[in-house]
Amino acid sequence: MNILQVEALRKAYGELQAVKGISFAVRKGECFGLLGPNGAGKTTTIRMLYGYTPRDAGKLELFGLDIDRDIREIKRRIGICQQEDSLDPDLTVHDNLVGYARYFSISRQQAERRAAELLEFFALKNRAADRISVLSGGLKRRLMLARALVNDPDLLILDEPTTGLDPQSRQLLWEKLATLKGQGLSILLTTHYMEEAERLCDRLVIVDHGEILVEGKPAQLVRERVGHSVLEIAEPDQAVRAFLASEPCRVEDLGNRLLVYLDDGDQLFLKLTREVRAEGCTLRPAGLEDLFLKLTGRELRE
Amino acid sequence: MNWPRPSQISHRTLRVWQRNFSVYRRTWQISFLPPLLEPLLYILAFGVGLAVMVGELQYAGRPLSYTVFIAPALVSVAIMYNAFFETTYNSFVRMYWQKTYDALLATPLNLEEIILGEMLWAATKSVIAATLMSIVISLCGLFEFPGALLLLPLAALGGLLFAALGMICTALVPGIEMFNLPIFLGVTPMFLFSGTFFPLENLPGWAQSVAQLLPLTHLVALVRGSALEFWSGSLWFSLLYLLVATAILLPLAIALMVRRIVR
Repeated sequence: MNILQVEALRKAYGELQAVKGISFAVRKGECFGLLGPNGAGKTTTIRMLYGYTPRDAGKLELFGLDIDRDIREIKRRIGICQQEDSLDPDLTVHDNLVGYARYFSISRQQAERRAAELLEFFALKNRAADRISVLSGGLKRRLMLARALVNDPDLLILDEPTTGLDPQSRQLLWEKLATLKGQGLSILLTTHYMEEAERLCDRLVIVDHGEILVEGKPAQLVRERVGHSVLEIAEPDQAVRAFLASEPCRVEDLGNRLLVYLDDGDQLFLKLTREVRAEGCTLRPAGLEDLFLKLTGRELRE
Repeated sequence: MNWPRPSQISHRTLRVWQRNFSVYRRTWQISFLPPLLEPLLYILAFGVGLAVMVGELQYAGRPLSYTVFIAPALVSVAIMYNAFFETTYNSFVRMYWQKTYDALLATPLNLEEIILGEMLWAATKSVIAATLMSIVISLCGLFEFPGALLLLPLAALGGLLFAALGMICTALVPGIEMFNLPIFLGVTPMFLFSGTFFPLENLPGWAQSVAQLLPLTHLVALVRGSALEFWSGSLWFSLLYLLVATAILLPLAIALMVRRIVR
C-alpha cells in the first residue's frame, strides 16, 4: 500500500498556476524526492499535504485515509519539518520537544521519554536547557527535525531540510536521515540540492512550473536521460569545435564551456586529449545535476 | 470568508492556551508587577493629588469620593489593555515572526482552535490582572463585597470581547506598526470617554450617545455597579451588550484570521 497518494493535485493563486495537476505516490519505507528550482511549486504541494493550503482540485490520500475526511488522524501520523524555522523562541530546547508533543495528545511521561531519545539521537543532549536564540543554524535544523519526529510519525515530510547549512551540519543531517530510513521510516523530501537527492532518495520527481517533468530512480534517470559521463571542455577553440562536429555525440554549447554527454566509454575523451588538446578537458560521471539543469534550464529563477 | 463551525473546535484549543500559560509562568514575577503596582500609583496620584481638588461627586444619586469612583474604572481599563495588547502585538509576533501558528498547524490542531486558544489566553490575562488589582484595591477598602466577586466573570467576558477586537485588528493590519491606528482611534478614546474618569452625564448629549456604543462604557458600568454595589436596571442592558458583541466578534475574529492566514 502507498503511504501517500497524490492525484491530479492543483492550486492556483489568481492568475498564477502554482501546481498544475501533479500525481505521485510514496511507498512504505522509501525516501521520495520532490525536486525543482525555487518557485517550482514544491512548498505549495507540501502545504496541501497537511491541509495548510487548501487545494483547488485533486485527490490526496495518506495512509489510505482521505484528507478531507480524516485530516486530524492524518496530521497525528505525519511529522513535518517546515522550510522556515518555526521553533518556539519562548521555550528551551527540551521544552520545544515536550511542549510540541502535547499538541499530539501524547502523555507527559511518554513525551519526556521521546524527547530524551531524540535529544540523544540528534546530539542535542548538552543543549537541552538552552534557549533557541543561542542555537546555531545547524542546531536549529536538528531540533526542527527532532520536533517533527516527536509523535513517532509514519511519514516524515521535509521541506528543504538543509538549505543554508554548512557542510558539517548537512553531512550530519544526511547521516541521521539515512539512519531513520534504515529503521523503515517513509520520507518525503523536497530539495534543490542534487547531492542530497542522490544520497537519500530511492525515487524522485523533478517538478518545474507546477508540473512533473520526470519520475524515476535517480541513477536510472541520469543514465537514460543524460548518459554515462560528461566531458567538460573549458574555453573551447575552433579546433575542438571542429573535432566534436565530426564525431557522433551530443554537445551543449554554453559559450565559454562545452558539455559533451557520453553514453559509454572514454574513447572520445582519449581521442580528443591525444589528438586535439588536453588542457581544460575533464571527464566526469554524469549526475543528477546534469539531468536537473537539462530539464529545468540554466536561466536564473526569481 | 468562512465562519467557524462549532464542530471545528475541540479540546485541543486548550493546548494553545497551555502553551501561552507555560511561557507566562516563566516570567510571572514580572507579569504580576504591573497589575499590583498600577492601582497603587493611580490611587496615590488621583486619591491624594486630584481628589482634593475634585472633592466628592454624585453618582447614581449617592455621594462618592473620587478615588472610589475611579477604582473600578482602573480594573476595567486593565481588562481591556491586557486582552487587547495580547491579541494585537503578542499574537502578531507569534503569527508573523515566530511562525508559532505554522508550527501548530503541522500538528492535529486547526487554525480555528489556534485563534480561539489565543483569545482564551488573552481573556485569562485580563482575569489575572483584574484579580490582582481587585485584591490591592480591596485592601485599600475601596470595593464592596460580595458584589466585587462579580468582577471575575466580568473580566472573563470583557477580556474575551477585547481579545476578539484585538484579533480582528491583527487579521486586518498589514504590519505591526499599524496597530497605532486602532489604539489611537479606538482604545485611547475609550480609555478617556467611557465613564472612566468622570461620569458620562458630564458629556454633551450627542457624546453620551456615542459613548453608549463603546464596549468599555458597558464594562465600566458593570464593573463599577458590581464593585460598589450600585445596582440598577441599566446594568442588564450593558450585560446584554457585552454578551451579544462577544458572540458576534469572537467568531468574526476567527473567520478574519483564517482569511488572512490560509492561502
